[in-house]
Amino acid sequence: MTVAYHKKPVLWDVDYDAPANKLIAIVGPNGAGKSTFIKSCLGLIPKASGLVEFWGQPYRKVRSRIGYVPQRESVDWDFPVSALDVVCMGRYRRIGWCRPVTRKHKVAALDCLELVGMRDFANRQISQLSGGQQQRVFLARALAQQAELYFMDEPFAGVDAATERAIIQVLRELKNSGKTVIVVHHDLQSVPEYFDEVILLNMRVVASGPVGEVFTETNLHKTYGGRLTLLSEAAEAIARTESGV
Amino acid sequence: MYFDLALDLFPLLAAALAAVCCGLLGNFLLLRKQSMMGDAISHSVLPGLVIAFLIASTRSPLVMLVGATIAGVVTVVLVEFVKRFGKVEPGAAMGVVFSILFALGVLLIEKAAVRHVDLDAECVLHGQLETLVWYSAPATISGLWSVETLDAIPRQIITLTIILILAIGFVSLLFKELRLASFDPALATTLGFNSTLLHYLLMIFVAAATVASFEAVGSILVIAMLICPGATARLLTDRLRTQIVLSVLIALFTAVGGYFSATIIPGWFGRDTVNAAGSITVFSGLVLSLTIIISPSHGILSRMIRRIRLSSRVALDDLLATMYRAQEQAQAEMSASDISDAILRSKPQPLLNRAVKRALIQRHRGMYSLTEKGQCAARSIVRRHRLWEHYLVDQAGLAPDHVHETAERLEHLPPVPPAGPQTDPQGKVIPDDPQVP
Repeated sequence: MTVAYHKKPVLWDVDYDAPANKLIAIVGPNGAGKSTFIKSCLGLIPKASGLVEFWGQPYRKVRSRIGYVPQRESVDWDFPVSALDVVCMGRYRRIGWCRPVTRKHKVAALDCLELVGMRDFANRQISQLSGGQQQRVFLARALAQQAELYFMDEPFAGVDAATERAIIQVLRELKNSGKTVIVVHHDLQSVPEYFDEVILLNMRVVASGPVGEVFTETNLHKTYGGRLTLLSEAAEAIARTESGV
Repeated sequence: MYFDLALDLFPLLAAALAAVCCGLLGNFLLLRKQSMMGDAISHSVLPGLVIAFLIASTRSPLVMLVGATIAGVVTVVLVEFVKRFGKVEPGAAMGVVFSILFALGVLLIEKAAVRHVDLDAECVLHGQLETLVWYSAPATISGLWSVETLDAIPRQIITLTIILILAIGFVSLLFKELRLASFDPALATTLGFNSTLLHYLLMIFVAAATVASFEAVGSILVIAMLICPGATARLLTDRLRTQIVLSVLIALFTAVGGYFSATIIPGWFGRDTVNAAGSITVFSGLVLSLTIIISPSHGILSRMIRRIRLSSRVALDDLLATMYRAQEQAQAEMSASDISDAILRSKPQPLLNRAVKRALIQRHRGMYSLTEKGQCAARSIVRRHRLWEHYLVDQAGLAPDHVHETAERLEHLPPVPPAGPQTDPQGKVIPDDPQVP
C-alpha cells in the first residue's frame, strides 16, 4: 500500500500482516505517517495504490467488526453533548439510520463507561472533563462498538498516570477476550511492557514483528535516524510533476 | 389597533416561519463552525435564481427552489475547492466564493434583460414582508374560522411551511447522525454514516431554507436567524437536543417580538412603522447580547458574581487566618487598625462587620477576637495552609522560603494535601482538623 497526500507520497509500500489477538504498537518519529497509516486502513484517506483487507474482505464489508479511536485533538470538546452521548455514538452502527438511541443502548454505553472508571461522569458535559478523562470517554466509545479489531491513534498522548493505567488495563482485557488492538504509540520506553508486536514506521515499514525480535537498537536507529533524504526528495519531485508545476 | 389581520397576519406568519426554519438548521452550522456558510449561500443563490428564471421563464416557487438549491451545492463545492487548492483559510474561501457569485447574479440581472420582472437585488437584502397584505381578510380574528378559501395565502408562506415541515422531519429523523457527523466526522464515516453526504444534505436544506426565507424576509434576517437563535440557545444549555428546542422557541420569540417592535414602538414616538425584517434582526441581536450577559452558566454576569463571591470568601479566610496567627503569638485581641495593617486593607470595617454578623469574630470595647465558630474555621484554614507548605517542600521540592505565597492561594481551594506532618517547614505547629475531634 502506498498513500499520498496531495500527490505527495507519505507512506511507501507499506506491507504488513497483523497477527490476530495481539497488542500491536506503531512507533516512529513525527511525520513518519503513523496516523496516515491508520486512517488509510480505515478508508478515511484515499490510498494511491495497494490493498487493505480485513479477514480477507474489504473494509466496507466488515465495518462493524472494526473500532476506531481518533486523536483526542481531532474533535471540538466544547460540543454540547454529555460523556454518555459520546459513548452512545459507538453504538450508532448497531442502532442504524434514522432510529433513536434506546434505553438498551444507553445501558450498554454506561457499562462501557464503567469499564474505564468513568461511570460517575456520564452526565458531565465533555468540556468539563480533564484531558485524561476525555481520552477514557473515547476509549469507552470504542468499547461500545464491540469490535474485534481496534485502531487507536495516540490514546496515551498527554494523559495522567491514572488514565494510562486504566487504558492499559482495558487493552489487556481486550486481548484476553480475543481482540486485536493496533495502537499509535509515542513512548518508546513502555513498548516492551505494554505490547506484543511492534511496527517501526518512518515513511515505510522499517521493521515489524514481535517486540522481542524487532525492537532492537539497530532498528530504532534506522527508524529515528532522520528521514531517508533520497525518499523525501523523490516524494517532493513526484508532487511537483504530478501537480504540473 | 396593534394587530390588523389584513396588514399583520401574513407578514408575521412569514417572519415566524422563516425564523424557525433558519434557526433550526443554523444549530448544525454553528456546531460545525460554518455559520458563515449560511451567509455565503444566502448571497450566492442569486445567480442560481436568475439562471433558473432564464431557463424556465417562470418565477414559480419550485423552479426558484431548484435553481437556488443547485447554486447552494455549487457554493459548498466551490468553497471546498478554493480552500484546498487556493490554500486559503475557510472564512476567506467562503468570502471570495459568495461575493463573486453574488456579483455574477447582479450582472445577470442587469444584462440579461430580466430587469422588468421584479428580481431585484434590493429586495434580496431586506425582503418584502410589508407587501404580504391580505386584501380579503376577515374583520375580526374569530372571522378566521369561517375563511373558506386558502387561495389568498401568499405562496411565500406556503413554500416556507413546506420547507419547515421537511426541515423538521430531516432534523428529527437524522438527529443522531447529524450530531455524530458534526462532532466527529471521521468516526461517522468509519461507522458507515458518510459525513460528506450528511454535510451536503444539510447544505441543501440550508440553501432551500435560505431561498424560501429571503424572498419574504431578506438575506440579512436569514443570516441573523441562522446564527442568533442557535448561539443564544447554546449559552443556555449544554445538551444538543435542548439547544435545538430552545433555538426554535427563541427564533419564534424574536420573530414575534421584533415584528411588534417594528409596528408598535415607532408609534409611541409618533413615527411610521419601520422595516420589520430589520427590526427582527436587531431584536435577535439584542436577545443574544442579553443572554451573553445574563446566562446562568456561561454569562458574563454570573461569572462576575462567582468571582466576587470567591474574593469575598478569600478575604474572610485571610482575616480569620491572620487573627489565628496573632493568637498563636499570644495576641488574642486585635484592634481594627492592627487588622488593617496585617491584612493590607485600608478599610477593613465592612469585612469585620461581615465576620461579626456571621458570628466568626466578636467585638468587645473596640477589640476583635475569634469566636468559638471562628476558631474552628480559622484552624482549618491555617491547617490547610501549613499542610500545603509542607507538601510543596516535601513533595514538589520547592525551597521552604518560597512556598508561603503559593500556599496562600492554594489554601482556598477544595483539594486538601495529605494529613500526617505535625509541623510546617518553618517549624510552626499544624493545627488539628477541627472537624475530627
